[in-house]
Amino acid sequence: MKFARLFVLRLLQGALLVLAVVVLNFILVHAAPGDPVETIAGASGGMSPELMAQLRTQYGLDRPLVVQLGVYLAKVLHGNFGYSYYFNLPVTSLILERVPATLLLVLCAVILAFAVGTTLGVLAARRPNGVLSQFITVLSLVGFATPVFWMGIMLIILFASIWPILPVSGMRSVDAIGGGWRDVVDIAHHLVLPTVTLALVYLAQYSRLSRSSMLDVLGADFIRTARAKGLPERVVLYKHALRNALLPVVTVLGLQFGNVLAGAILVETVFNWPGLGRLAFDSVLRRDYPTILGVLVFASIVVIVMNLLTDLAYRLIDPRIKV
Amino acid sequence: MTSPILTRRDALAAAGAMLAAAGLPLDALAVEDVKKGGTLVIGSTQVPRHLNGAVQSGVATAMPGTQIFASPLRFDDKWQPQPYLAESWKLADDGKSLTLNLRKNALFHDGKPVTSADVAFTVMAIKANHPFKTMMGPVEKVDTPDAHTAIIRMATPHPAIVLCMSPALCPILPKHIYDDGQDLKNHPRNSKDVIGSGPFKVVEFTPSQRTVMEKFDKFFLPGKPYLDKIVININPDGSTLMLGFERGDLQLYPFVSLPTDLKRVSANKNATLTSRGYEGIGPINWMAFNLAKKPLSDLAVRKAIAMSIDKKFITKVLMGGFAVVDDGPIVPSSPFAVTDVVLYPLDLKKAAEMLDGAGYKAGANGERFKLTIDYLPGQDDQQKNVAEYVRGQLKKVGIAVEVRASADFPSWAKRMATHDFDLGMDLVFNWGDPVIGVARTYLSTNIKPIVWTNTQSYNNPKVDELLEAAGTQLDPTKRKALYATFEKIVTDELPIDFINVIPYHTAASKRVGNLPTTIWGPMSPMDEVYLKT
Repeated sequence: MKFARLFVLRLLQGALLVLAVVVLNFILVHAAPGDPVETIAGASGGMSPELMAQLRTQYGLDRPLVVQLGVYLAKVLHGNFGYSYYFNLPVTSLILERVPATLLLVLCAVILAFAVGTTLGVLAARRPNGVLSQFITVLSLVGFATPVFWMGIMLIILFASIWPILPVSGMRSVDAIGGGWRDVVDIAHHLVLPTVTLALVYLAQYSRLSRSSMLDVLGADFIRTARAKGLPERVVLYKHALRNALLPVVTVLGLQFGNVLAGAILVETVFNWPGLGRLAFDSVLRRDYPTILGVLVFASIVVIVMNLLTDLAYRLIDPRIKV
Repeated sequence: MTSPILTRRDALAAAGAMLAAAGLPLDALAVEDVKKGGTLVIGSTQVPRHLNGAVQSGVATAMPGTQIFASPLRFDDKWQPQPYLAESWKLADDGKSLTLNLRKNALFHDGKPVTSADVAFTVMAIKANHPFKTMMGPVEKVDTPDAHTAIIRMATPHPAIVLCMSPALCPILPKHIYDDGQDLKNHPRNSKDVIGSGPFKVVEFTPSQRTVMEKFDKFFLPGKPYLDKIVININPDGSTLMLGFERGDLQLYPFVSLPTDLKRVSANKNATLTSRGYEGIGPINWMAFNLAKKPLSDLAVRKAIAMSIDKKFITKVLMGGFAVVDDGPIVPSSPFAVTDVVLYPLDLKKAAEMLDGAGYKAGANGERFKLTIDYLPGQDDQQKNVAEYVRGQLKKVGIAVEVRASADFPSWAKRMATHDFDLGMDLVFNWGDPVIGVARTYLSTNIKPIVWTNTQSYNNPKVDELLEAAGTQLDPTKRKALYATFEKIVTDELPIDFINVIPYHTAASKRVGNLPTTIWGPMSPMDEVYLKT
């Protein structure tokens, strides 16, 4: 069947892409000056030459780069991401420990951005030249243009220092040990600022996109027909127009998942959110090659899977789309 | 000098002197109004690799490590050793053996007793694995005539061995856990189910997030620790930690050096600030010269550069008056520091004359020659700002300096390690005894392609000899005299222009009693720290 063939083809393409990601990033991280053993010596306040040589041998850093790449690829093919040089813990467990935090942040941000963004966009489309529409245009421009980390820092100053109703950083209160509902409330409390920060950029994008898409649809023939039938404006807008207008927004949402993950690195760093993004960032600073590569491979797999799902979902939603 | 910190320090010193005169132990007084219980939250920007300080040096591991593991000795705020796991100790007259008499009631967190076998195992483990080779370098073996006596035997006299028994340098490991043939540097128990015999036991260690420690009920010092729990909360961003401190989320924030932060804490009515507790670390901010390169190989050029830099301006203006000038390789707070060193007071005119005299005449554009200056990224108050200032000053004497930024620590370390620098700003710790943190920078045998070795390529056989002799000299007075000669030569030959003592301070909520102000400060057991109400 055509559909199955497409699926398999996409899967193969995905695997090749992951391989390319590994090789490219392997070269990139090794091109950065300095090596992990120097970082460990730094964290130790100095180190004897014998010990440094010993560590380099142990990590295989004294072998030619091509050999190191080969060894790494062989390990990855066996599903083994190796051990973090810095923490001496399995990379897989470091990543898995961080996944829930990132997933929580990214999903909340995407849902918030999608819900608020499309609502604003639709409202704006109703009166393309109205005050609200103008306001949304300004808001989305500001949202687009503002660096995420700056926005995060400003929100921290505002809501954690000047008007201290929200926690500064982290995912949990320092003294929170236990579980149950108090834990949930505590995490939700910590989640507010990072989610809003991450959502703001995408919110701007979705509101612009849904506004223009809605305007497009509202000019279509079937809307004129619906209005001619004498349907109430509410039904025309939300039943006929919105469902069609959402298609491009959903597509962008799926394809942008990778971007949101990238944005999460900055937000996690600003808010000390214990997710994958911060793990990746810290690992780069430490030249912890196995961890950097592990996170990148993991992220690329997630993005490929998301794109694949979007592709398939799109075909299901709109049967006119062919291979 | 009307710095609030100095007056507070003076007042404390005066109070201490009065108590000592009255013959009252400081402890006895503190015990009366001590309150037990509570959770102390400490903020830290440092990410520990794991918790085993016997194979991992550095502040990040030592802060939690000294709470979890006990050591043979601990030190007070006057560099005097105090009993800890060892009730008494004796360095033999020939300086080649140290006898430790261990207390009999010390237990590990898993209930097993601490014995001389654990001490013997740990000392040999440190010798084999610790990044600071000189600490246990001379140790040959450890004899254990009985379960509570350990005799550390050394090939040469090694007076530093006593200081090496400090909590931060010699955490006693449980032999029954670590002696299983696995490589200690990568032992799984370095970060999981960590067992020590210190005042607190680990309940949670989440890499780069936090370490949670709970009071150990069977700790060998009766009635201690006072706190129920210590949480070390990690955030690589210092400004966020400062915000958390001001909100009261943290009660203790050590290693604060940023002048803006220090000003904010001094103005905070609910906080105290102390510069004590960093004497052991002995942190110096300095600028190294690469002697392997021209024209810095020329002594006159180095002296002219040193004369162009006003250390008082740096400490007073750039560092807001919180830092103290450092004029030698050993920090002023060390018992081995001397004031009789070669000084280079600011004199731009003389500097220009010296450069002329050395044959570096100014060209048509007023420029004599070009240099680069590197600095350690991430510590702008100590490094980048000073590098920029040096550039401005040297321009005045006709030296064009290019300030080279490094993206992150490994990039900077690479430049230092490959000796790819002219002027190199750096932050270096003395680590208590000169054999650990001082000698490494000047020994000609330590010119290595590694950061924090003698990357200046300084070579003076007399200095090698002095350092060697001082390392084995048992008489404290004679030892100090040897280091005094060394300090004089090094400040005269200027492989390094010393600038200031890094103004590390501990910021604490007023609720915290008995601040950690011994020579190892926050890197020592906090069994006597308590929370008022």
